[in-house]
Amino acid sequence: MPVAIKRILFFFILILLWQGIVIAGIWPESMIPAPLSVAKELYLGFKDMTLVWDILASFRHLFIGLACSLVIGTILGVLLANNKTLDETLGSMILALQSVPSIVWVPLAIIWFGFGEASIIFVVIIGGTFVMTMNMRIGIKNVPPIYLKAARTMGSNGVDLFFKVIVPAAIPYAVTGVKLAWAFSWRALMAAELLSTGPGLGYTLSYASDFNNMSLVIGIIIIIGVIGSVVDQLVFQRIEKSVLKRWGLEEEVA
Amino acid sequence: MYVQEENSVYLSISDISKTFQQDKNPPLSVFHDINIAIQQGEFVSLLGPSGCGKSTLLSIIAGLSRPSTGKILLENKAITAPGPDKSMVFQESALFPWMTVNENVTFPLRKKMNKKERAQSAASYLKMVHLSKFADHYPHELSGGMQQRVSIARALAMNAKLLLMDEPFGALDEQTRIILQEELERIWLETEKTIIFVTHSIREAIKLSDRVIIMGARPGTVISDFKVDLPRPRLQQDMAELEEEVLKILKVEIDKVMKEELQYAGSD
Ligand SMILES: Nc1ncnc2c1ncn2[C@@H]1O[C@H](COP(=O)(O)OP(=O)(O)OP(=O)(O)O)[C@@H](O)[C@H]1O
Ligand SMILES: [Mg+2]
Repeated sequence: MPVAIKRILFFFILILLWQGIVIAGIWPESMIPAPLSVAKELYLGFKDMTLVWDILASFRHLFIGLACSLVIGTILGVLLANNKTLDETLGSMILALQSVPSIVWVPLAIIWFGFGEASIIFVVIIGGTFVMTMNMRIGIKNVPPIYLKAARTMGSNGVDLFFKVIVPAAIPYAVTGVKLAWAFSWRALMAAELLSTGPGLGYTLSYASDFNNMSLVIGIIIIIGVIGSVVDQLVFQRIEKSVLKRWGLEEEVA
Repeated sequence: MYVQEENSVYLSISDISKTFQQDKNPPLSVFHDINIAIQQGEFVSLLGPSGCGKSTLLSIIAGLSRPSTGKILLENKAITAPGPDKSMVFQESALFPWMTVNENVTFPLRKKMNKKERAQSAASYLKMVHLSKFADHYPHELSGGMQQRVSIARALAMNAKLLLMDEPFGALDEQTRIILQEELERIWLETEKTIIFVTHSIREAIKLSDRVIIMGARPGTVISDFKVDLPRPRLQQDMAELEEEVLKILKVEIDKVMKEELQYAGSD
């Protein structure tokens, strides 16, 4: 059976089960709304464009934040890989920061930047930067020494060696870093938006929850999940796959 | 008198030794008291049991690593770094996986030639190793032997005066090996390059070189250094006697390595 059909069947059965639970009436509709009423909320939201604006706003926050985190992460990663003292000091701090969940930064961001977009973008940047840093660092540290030796015998050194050999050799790690940075930023984005004053998917979600609109809450959760997996599979997995293939690192799948 | 003699030598290796400091194990002495003087244009083969330090010696000559003691001069100047005067074919694949075959071969030519010259040069060396058709492929799409041929093309394209080759034909089938041996011999005869050639094949060493140097088991040194005075192209029957002789010397050394292995394995 093709994967697509398996998936369609799975979601079909899931929705049937969901509908069954609603009909059984174990929980009130205000806690578990019917699939159709979720669909209706989504339809209305898209029809009057509010959800479209929310999605666009969320993407704007994400792109600005992610772009900044990739730039900062790359620079930090390169610095850590090239400077031992920095690596031993700043590096250990970044490792610690990496394990701090992004939502922890939200209260701090609100105090520094208020409830607006600046706070959201700050949290998104924090969310993506450290994982990008650590991947870039390890990518540069793991460049096979034989490439460096070969390049040196061919007259490459210094800046030329760095940009023509070390950077390209580190690209597979960098791409993994970008993919993880996106995943982390996306999660951080939602956490930050929940406490913001909008617009954005997270903001609308918390707004819907305040007004007990359970159908919209679930609808937005579905949108977040769908966008997350679509971007991951259509954009990042593809980039990663093609890079791994080009670098000859892709394993043959039997 | 002594100074004058040193002047006429192209590559002078005097009293060098190499010891690797290791974190957990005691320092590893690879070789010591190596003395070799090579004339410009000489084709020298280096033979010796696995692990005796042939690659280590080559990388010291390439300027990639330093000897622990001793002096090494190329045209009377100490070798301290790699340079355009020496090119190297590594034992393991050293092609850049993100570049096509063609980009790999033109890499060392970037600063020396314009685009057109680079393309021409790369094309001619790829043709020589019979890989013209694969110019736009990536290294991982090639077999091990094909990758090795690209590495040879890349090193030759540099057109350095000193060519260091670490088992360049190791992964090739007999046919291709013979063709490339002939090509290398031709290039060497035409260009007056100095070649230092590491191999495990006694026949290959005798067929190609002016001079064969044999290194002993680790911690070793040069145990034999002799000229091969046979007319070129060399014929099987002329080489047989010398092959026999070299095999005898090498066998003693390889047996030593084996015995040490057995002792070590037995001592656990
Ligand atoms: N960077 C290093 N650190 C520690 N030991 C090393 C290092 N490089 C080489 N050695 C050791 O030095 C010895 C000589 O290695 P080398 O690669 O020069 O041998 P070789 O003669 O080229 O062998 P082969 O014929 O198998 O290629 C080996 O015992 C190896 O373990
Ligand atoms: Mg070797």
